[in-house]
Amino acid sequence: MTTFDEAEQALEEELAGGVGQRLRNLAHNVRHPPKVVQRMLKNPVSLTGIILVAVFALIAILAPVLAPPERLDEPYRIPRDGYLAEPKPPSADHPFGTTEGQYDIYYGVIWGTRTAFRVGVLITVATIFIGVVVGTGSGYFGGWVDETFMRVVEIFMGFPFLLAAMTLAAVLGTSPRFDRLTTGMIALIAFGWTTYARLLRGDILSVKERDFVMAARTLGASHFRIMTRHVIPNSIFPTLVVASMDIGSYVLMFAALSFLGLGAEPGYADWGQLISFARNWMPSLAKYWYILVYPGVAILLFVLGWNLIGDAFRDILDPKLAHARR
Amino acid sequence: MLAYVIRRLLILPIILFGVTLLIFGMMSFVDPGQRASLYVQAIPKGAGELDEIIEKYGLDDPMYMQYFRWLNGVLHGDLGFSKTGKAPVLQTIKRFIPASFELALWAAVPLIWVGIQLGVISALHHNKPIDQVLRVFAIVGWSFPTFVFGLLVLMIFYAKLDWFPAGRLSEWANVVVLSAEFTRYTGMNTLDSLLNLRLDIFWDALRHLVLPVITLSYVSWALILRVTRSSMLEVLRADYVTTARAKGLREGAVIDKHAKPNALIPVATVSGIVMIGLMSGVVITETVFNYRGLGWWVAHSAGVLDVISVLGFSLFYGVLVVCGNLVVDVMYAYLDPRVRLE
Repeated sequence: MTTFDEAEQALEEELAGGVGQRLRNLAHNVRHPPKVVQRMLKNPVSLTGIILVAVFALIAILAPVLAPPERLDEPYRIPRDGYLAEPKPPSADHPFGTTEGQYDIYYGVIWGTRTAFRVGVLITVATIFIGVVVGTGSGYFGGWVDETFMRVVEIFMGFPFLLAAMTLAAVLGTSPRFDRLTTGMIALIAFGWTTYARLLRGDILSVKERDFVMAARTLGASHFRIMTRHVIPNSIFPTLVVASMDIGSYVLMFAALSFLGLGAEPGYADWGQLISFARNWMPSLAKYWYILVYPGVAILLFVLGWNLIGDAFRDILDPKLAHARR
Repeated sequence: MLAYVIRRLLILPIILFGVTLLIFGMMSFVDPGQRASLYVQAIPKGAGELDEIIEKYGLDDPMYMQYFRWLNGVLHGDLGFSKTGKAPVLQTIKRFIPASFELALWAAVPLIWVGIQLGVISALHHNKPIDQVLRVFAIVGWSFPTFVFGLLVLMIFYAKLDWFPAGRLSEWANVVVLSAEFTRYTGMNTLDSLLNLRLDIFWDALRHLVLPVITLSYVSWALILRVTRSSMLEVLRADYVTTARAKGLREGAVIDKHAKPNALIPVATVSGIVMIGLMSGVVITETVFNYRGLGWWVAHSAGVLDVISVLGFSLFYGVLVVCGNLVVDVMYAYLDPRVRLE
């Protein structure tokens, strides 16, 4: 570490508690789980959410054991038992039955869990990344940069999320360059980042006025260094929390795209895609209930798990309600 | 206040310009052959016709030239030709508007009014069992993918019990509506049937609306409930509510006269946004219930990759939302004098 670094570090530690304080906090939190986590574990609602997500994570990890793939190179391809159109009810071979085209529903539900996590996490990480770049640039530099970026955000927000994503997915779908799964994810990423950019910008506006940023500037640190070392680490937490709770919503949106034929392709282990078959059997759904209920319950519980955690989190973080609880 | 509105109105063209750029940017992903359908008024017949159109309208020209040409057309109301609507896009939009508008209108009351009631009850019983139950009920709805819930109610109430059918009208009713003696004043079945004094048709149209309305309400209640609850809780702690209680006012009057009017201000904004969203959030609902409105048409177009229809509608809708948001913002400032929009 150079002297410059040391000086900078020492100044920040003095002015904001700094890295040392953050590390001490972290150590403290590991020994005594922070109040937030404690409260979430005590509240039956958020506890249910945590358990649901944990169970799905377990299913995703154990997928090769729970439903061994026939072809190891393509585990996401649902095995089919013949090509008959009519769904078949649950049996010993197919615990959840088979859907249109004899795709095994049980296999699709199990491996669909992996798809859900992959899609949700990938989209969340990508949207946060774009949100951080735009939000930081906007909040940190201010002036015309801010003005331009915020207008761009407003333009993107001019479209309702699902409609916008649908449009882009349809457009990209005409190009043979991408497979449909990628298309759907790109579409959701392209229009999902705006909230985070706005959120982060707001927090950065207040952080950049703090003394330790001024101090770093006086020491002659570059903009990039100030942003990555001082501003972002001190403002990103609320955005990260909000964003990570959105995994459920993204999975829901992606399922909607799949349902409209703009997400995963037929036969891919994806819940929304499995459910879209049910549309073709609507008048006799009472007879073929299993083609809807099994994948439907899977996606409902998955999204519910995330939303229960997210709801509890937002309640705890909502400053308006801070005094309402005793 | 006035300065804010004027400033927003001045920014409006910039935003709209951005919206067109975005739409055109997406359009440039599409190959010239597909974009050619922007310029035809009917499905082309000859084989060479397409190349002729590409040549004639310069679809291989540099992008900026194409953009200005396209924008010029858009400003003259030319959004291209919709393959799925078998008519120009703008005409197709006009045709489907009444159906979507009718659904949004019927869904508004159960969605917003009931949502507010649930939120108020939840706040008044803060952290009591009833509050927890209502919240979980709403979150379950919020977590339901619209199409899963829609298909489930269809499975129960249509396939199993046969109480409420899918679609917009029954076969026999459709025949009557399309016949000469039935005058279509608005294109909205429930309203037209009343104006034509056909109660049987009204009843039939209503039966088709029940399931979509329930679906739309249930999956969105959580949003209204959450805002109402949080805002009610805040207001209930305000000094003027304590004062009202201290001077011996009945609890009912405190809530109805003092708490609610102030607590509902943020709800009004959210409701405005929900109403705007209803026109597009219905994409999935209309598709599931085979209710032929704007949403159904767009989803259908997207499914068969009729990009021109989707882009045309997106542009139309983007402009609508941008203007709608302005109205909502101004309404908010009007309702809550504390809000000084900069």
